[in-house]
Amino acid sequence: MASSQLLIAIVVTALFASPLPLLAQRYGRGAATLCSALVITACLTLLLPLIPDAMNGVVLLASVTWLPDWGLMLSLRLDGLGLMFSLLILGIGLLVTLYAYYYLPGHDKLGRFYTLLLLFMAAMLGVVLSENLLLLVVFWELTSLASFLLISYKRESYESRLAGRIALAVTGGGGLALFAGVLLLGHIAGSYELSAVLAAGDIIRAHELYAPMLILVLLGVFTKSAQFPFHFWLPQAMAAPTPVSAYLHSATMVKAGVFLLARLYPALAGTELWFWLVSGTGAVTLVYAAYVAFYRYDFKGLLAYSTISHLGLITLLFGLDTPQSEVAAVFHIINHAIFKASLFMAAGIVDHECGTRDMRRVNGLFKFMPITATLAIVAAGSMAGVPLLNGFLSKEMFFAETVGHPVFDEIKWLLPTFATLAGILAVAYSSRFIHDVFFNGDPVDLPRKPHEPPRWMRAPVEVLVAMCLLVGIFPQWSIAPILTVAAGAVLQQPPPEFHLAVWHGFNAPFMMSLVALAGGIALYAMRHRLYALYDRLPTIHASIVFERAYENLVAAARLLVDWMDGGSLQRYLALFVAFVLALGGWAWWSATVAPLPVVTQAPDAASLVALGMLTVAATGVVLLHRHRLVAIVLTSVIGLFVALTFVRFSAPDLALTQLAVEVVTIVLMLLALYYLPPTSPAEDAMPRILRDALLAIAAGVGLGAASYAMLTSPLDTLSGFYLAQSLPGGGGSNVVNVILVDFRGFDTLGEITVLAMVGLAAHALLDQLVLKAPLRDGDGRAWATERHPLFLQMLMRPLLPLALMVSVYIFLRGHNLPGGGFVAGLVTGVALILQYLASGIGFASARLPQRLPLFLAAGLLAALGAGAASWLFGRPFLTSAHGHVTLPLIGDVELASAMVFDLGVYLVVVSVVLMVLAELGKLSVSHEGAN
Amino acid sequence: MEAIISIAIGLLTACGVFLLLRARTFPLILGLTLLSYAVNLFLFASGRLRMDAPPLVRDGASYTDPLPQALVLTAIVIGFGMTAYLVMLALRALNESGDDHVDAREKT
Repeated sequence: MASSQLLIAIVVTALFASPLPLLAQRYGRGAATLCSALVITACLTLLLPLIPDAMNGVVLLASVTWLPDWGLMLSLRLDGLGLMFSLLILGIGLLVTLYAYYYLPGHDKLGRFYTLLLLFMAAMLGVVLSENLLLLVVFWELTSLASFLLISYKRESYESRLAGRIALAVTGGGGLALFAGVLLLGHIAGSYELSAVLAAGDIIRAHELYAPMLILVLLGVFTKSAQFPFHFWLPQAMAAPTPVSAYLHSATMVKAGVFLLARLYPALAGTELWFWLVSGTGAVTLVYAAYVAFYRYDFKGLLAYSTISHLGLITLLFGLDTPQSEVAAVFHIINHAIFKASLFMAAGIVDHECGTRDMRRVNGLFKFMPITATLAIVAAGSMAGVPLLNGFLSKEMFFAETVGHPVFDEIKWLLPTFATLAGILAVAYSSRFIHDVFFNGDPVDLPRKPHEPPRWMRAPVEVLVAMCLLVGIFPQWSIAPILTVAAGAVLQQPPPEFHLAVWHGFNAPFMMSLVALAGGIALYAMRHRLYALYDRLPTIHASIVFERAYENLVAAARLLVDWMDGGSLQRYLALFVAFVLALGGWAWWSATVAPLPVVTQAPDAASLVALGMLTVAATGVVLLHRHRLVAIVLTSVIGLFVALTFVRFSAPDLALTQLAVEVVTIVLMLLALYYLPPTSPAEDAMPRILRDALLAIAAGVGLGAASYAMLTSPLDTLSGFYLAQSLPGGGGSNVVNVILVDFRGFDTLGEITVLAMVGLAAHALLDQLVLKAPLRDGDGRAWATERHPLFLQMLMRPLLPLALMVSVYIFLRGHNLPGGGFVAGLVTGVALILQYLASGIGFASARLPQRLPLFLAAGLLAALGAGAASWLFGRPFLTSAHGHVTLPLIGDVELASAMVFDLGVYLVVVSVVLMVLAELGKLSVSHEGAN
Repeated sequence: MEAIISIAIGLLTACGVFLLLRARTFPLILGLTLLSYAVNLFLFASGRLRMDAPPLVRDGASYTDPLPQALVLTAIVIGFGMTAYLVMLALRALNESGDDHVDAREKT
């Protein structure tokens, strides 16, 4: 396999294999664990062949085109930085998999856990291996989502769910800012591909949008890496199971933020804004979080704040913006990942064995679990920066960077003093962790009696602590090679010479380390007075502030929704109409239209009379709407006038359709009215009626005025094409029909699909429904006992063949004269309904096809088939053909393939009309049966 | 003539909207029917009002705009579908809540 395919395979494997543990868990929790471990091992194996090239500084790119026209590529990149992160993500992922098997309770099947873990891992791999920035943002958001699910893994606990929600809101929100920032960045650089962006650093820094873009990107970084003041989600997230904390908060989730700083360093850094924003935020976070960590009672909380502090340190290093500081930052990323993962795991073991994380109770554990204690002490020493451990080396580099930084030339002492203060605090909280947990007297009232954990639960900690020592003692051959290529990838040039050694002589950094160690221990020694002081200080819990803000926001949203909707459709609809009117009014007043020549035709007497009758009928419907039968009759009068309007103004097809629809609709309403109350109660209060009348009049005036404005302006239409092409292109002289079945056949296909859904809805809504039929009508008269008058029956039966013949005639001539599938279908429908009405449902059902949905499907298939048939001739969907055929007896007949389409329309319309009315009719059968 | 059609459209809209805002399902269906008439006429009128010029291709004839007619034709049929659906929904709601009020709560 080519290297680029391998690279793609890594991400794809991680992503698509993530559900496997969920499938494996039915064979036990061991199977799920094994499955997870195998997936990670597979990813590592795929990565293995790519390591040599990456170590030589070769940048491997792989891309799959997605939307090339928009510059969207699914492209990946493996360079030194990506390799370093991938190894951390996969390596620590493997250890966490093993650890979680022992940590999580035995009744947990683990499938969900490992699936989420793998999903998260895949997203992280995606982030560090993305070449396309938009792809990176997608993976970035995926890490937020996956971490939300992982943090709230104990879903029965409110605290966990809250923690997950806060983490999602903060990191997901930051992700949106990042998205905006990346869009700006891509806009400035002219490409979303990293290679192009990294090469365009000078253009980016000089661009006027640089500042907003940088701030947006940094918002994403700072929220993800828990920088002050967005840090509060991370201590909350300690509600997650410890394996999750060990993974997310050492090597992965929180490192995504600083990863992005490293990734975009050549493109974004090198300005004063970068320096002050990044180093300032990092410095504040570094000291503030170290200070808070010292006062935590909960040792996992201590580790959480320590993590924030160390992330601040890394951010500060990136902000200092010298080649050496970047090397130190990358180095500290590795070191922190290793010692913090082992510390979290050790803390998890203690928690697991003791049942509490409160350092006022967890004391003197050294005698109960000496091996774990030793491991934890070594890791904590690394956290404090004790010599011979890896944390010492990167901290030395940090100290060295603060001494003589070019920006602080005037006040040389400031930065080193600050760094030393942070060092003192780090030593102090590390001492507290070591001394309080493992020494400091005896345990107080523990729920369980602690002892060493199972052998293999400790193994991941042992591996990581061994690495702390290895890197700390033999840095030059253990870590220097990967650090060199990773730092080279960050700087996009060979990194400066650096020499990793335990001993550099008595220089300034070493003195600072000594001061930090001594000061930290001294600080810890006087802890009791400090704690007393701290307890008197007011504390602000950012998470509580957040939660309150969140609840207020939800309450405000609910108020707004209640005001607009409030569970009343009537009110909702009135608001909707008012809003539409406001929009229309705004458009009306704000538009500036040049006066156009007004073209009008003189009204004639017939139209005036028709308008008068329409007015009477329409106002009648409104005034008498509570008497429902009368209202139906008046509505049908209006429909008749609408049809007449179509006749008068050259639209015979519309008139035919309107008439046929009118009949079907009125029958439908009458059927429904049989069950519905015959009158509406007078229940609306006067103010509401007035309000509705005002809304209605405004709407009427609005649409009327719009109509007048439209009608009196000159016509500009594209219909010339249809008129010219109808006969030569569509083979029919009825242009309306040709448009429906040919030119715009796709629209019609959509329309009949909607109709078909109505037919199916009839079945879904009314099947099995039994309604109580009234015994008397609205005026208290009993319904006629003679259900089906003989007179009507005798009249209707001979009418059926005649009506069907008419509909066939209308159908056939439709392509050239008014008619077509819609009208023919309605006529057939009406003819069949008349049989129902005249002779009853029993009579009609027995003589009509029962499986109407089949006809519906046949209709849709005919229409689709007519369209798809054009593919056989290599033409686009719904291309029509037409020609003349000479049939015996009948003679020359013009046929168009569009007629098959029209036949589909016909079938759909007939079936829908029958399905709706037959379902309504069945309701009365159940009534008759019930009697 | 333009004024007459515009007044008719406005009148049907006003009556339709008023009925649409009533509390019972049946007037609502009527209101929607009236509003459909108004909207169909409006769409139809966008092709302007021409007499004796149906869009049927003949020698030497002049034609009115066929496109709005095609749109309105399907709109009429879809309007029927919508009305039918609403009627069924109204019956179903009557069955579920025992009341034909649009805001009726489910039977308890």
